[in-house]
Amino acid sequence: MIYSDKVIQHFKNPHNQGSIENADTVGEVGNPSCGDVMKIYLKIEDRIIKDVKFETLGCAAAIAVSSALTDMVKGKSIDEALEITRQQIIEDLGGLPEVKVHCSMLGIEALHEAIKKYEKKD
Amino acid sequence: MKKKIKENIYFDHSATTPVDQRVLKEMMPYFSEKYGNYSSLHGFGREAYFAVEKAREKIASTLDCSKDEVIFTSGSTESNNLALKGVIDSLKGKSAHIITTQIEHDAILVPCKQLEKKGVEVTYLPVGKNGVVDPKSVVNAIKDNTVLISIMYVNNELGSINPIQDIVRMAKKKNKDIIFHTDATQAVNFLSCSVKDLGVDMMSISGHKIYGPKGVGLLFIRKGIPITPLQAGGHQERSIRSGTLNVPGIVGLGKAIELAVKEMDKNNKKISKLRDYFIKGVLKNVPDIILNTDVDNSVSSHANFCFVGAEGESILLYLDAEGIAVSTGSACASGSLEPSHVLLAIGIEKEIAHSSIRFTFGKHNNKEEIDYALSVLPSAIRKLRTMNPLYNK
Ligand SMILES: Cc1ncc(COP(=O)(O)O)c(C=O)c1O
Repeated sequence: MIYSDKVIQHFKNPHNQGSIENADTVGEVGNPSCGDVMKIYLKIEDRIIKDVKFETLGCAAAIAVSSALTDMVKGKSIDEALEITRQQIIEDLGGLPEVKVHCSMLGIEALHEAIKKYEKKD
Repeated sequence: MKKKIKENIYFDHSATTPVDQRVLKEMMPYFSEKYGNYSSLHGFGREAYFAVEKAREKIASTLDCSKDEVIFTSGSTESNNLALKGVIDSLKGKSAHIITTQIEHDAILVPCKQLEKKGVEVTYLPVGKNGVVDPKSVVNAIKDNTVLISIMYVNNELGSINPIQDIVRMAKKKNKDIIFHTDATQAVNFLSCSVKDLGVDMMSISGHKIYGPKGVGLLFIRKGIPITPLQAGGHQERSIRSGTLNVPGIVGLGKAIELAVKEMDKNNKKISKLRDYFIKGVLKNVPDIILNTDVDNSVSSHANFCFVGAEGESILLYLDAEGIAVSTGSACASGSLEPSHVLLAIGIEKEIAHSSIRFTFGKHNNKEEIDYALSVLPSAIRKLRTMNPLYNK
């Protein structure tokens, strides 16, 4: 199994890693017994994602997906963010090994979970 | 201290080993100079024939068996398949029961699963927390139709040693006709593999785990053990394993086994010293970890840890970025959804098993390399734990 250089770059120096103390919403998905958990923190103003941070337990692919996805959503509107597909993330990462494609879902699910919670609150 | 001492530090000797220069030297003439076919009658063939038979003789004397009990194969995967399926096939459909353990390599477990689909009964015995099977549990599992017991000598993930001699003795006492196979792939470097002393009927060995070449191995088959070949063809190896003999590979395997046995004490002493020093350092410098290897019941090479709260594949890649090669029992690295079946078998919870890293040291490692690893490991673990939303939050 070979990772693309882009995946390794994100993995070694993840962007937007950490937490947001007064986040407007938080989404967490995954299960430690499967080895993958992702938590995404969003700061939202006028339906625009002003800031985003993530914490991830998982493999290099899970960390790279978290890093790339958070880059992609920053500055986007909620509706735009919801349109991001796993294929876009995979492309942005220069591809993912076949067995790691499911990791891209983890990111999308965490994002959707956070936004769903935000919409309910509003 | 945290200076990169060299590009590549190899702590993954359970996966494979470098070919010893002395082994390579013996092999070299048999590629383009002495390239004859072992089965040919002319001078080229005779050259190959004598080289292979010399290796076979050397191996037989090392393993305490006779020459015609050594069948060359492509490695332990093939040897294990041949042992299990060859014996079962020879029974021509008679009711059969196999006893094995939950910690075997996939090269035993997957063939067993295939045999189960064909109606063979298989018992997968549990092991203790130390990764060792209780000989009494083997005896207790013996049934009227038990024909074969296959238990690994040394486990590849933990390094744990099964008391093969005791198990064979007790099992044969209950039923002397049971055929006993051991996968000794990980044992040859560290323990005596005399089949006389062990009492086994079949034993698998692979070249590339003992500083020999890849793609060559052997199956010891005691005289009189019924075995049906898996592959048919040109009648090589007394028709038990047809296929043109891998002459350079076999020459290398012979030399590798010779060196492994001759230098065993020296290597064991050196490697266990490094391993123990490493374990001490890790336990001192990294909090919240589990040492999965029970050093009192294991070969000298292994140190398998769980670094709770950090995922194994990520640890592996951090170390890789620092030039250090290790392996992990995390599901993420294997592409399956399940973490190491061996760690689960010794009672490690799934969520912890994903954090396992196996360090396996070899005869070329040195203290500097260990010190370097000890200097980069703690920060890698810390970094991953900080990133984990569930760890200490
Ligand atoms: C215990 C054990 N059995 C079998 C094998 C397979 O051996 P080979 O690579 O020679 O097919 C290995 C190596 O991965 C092993 O460690």
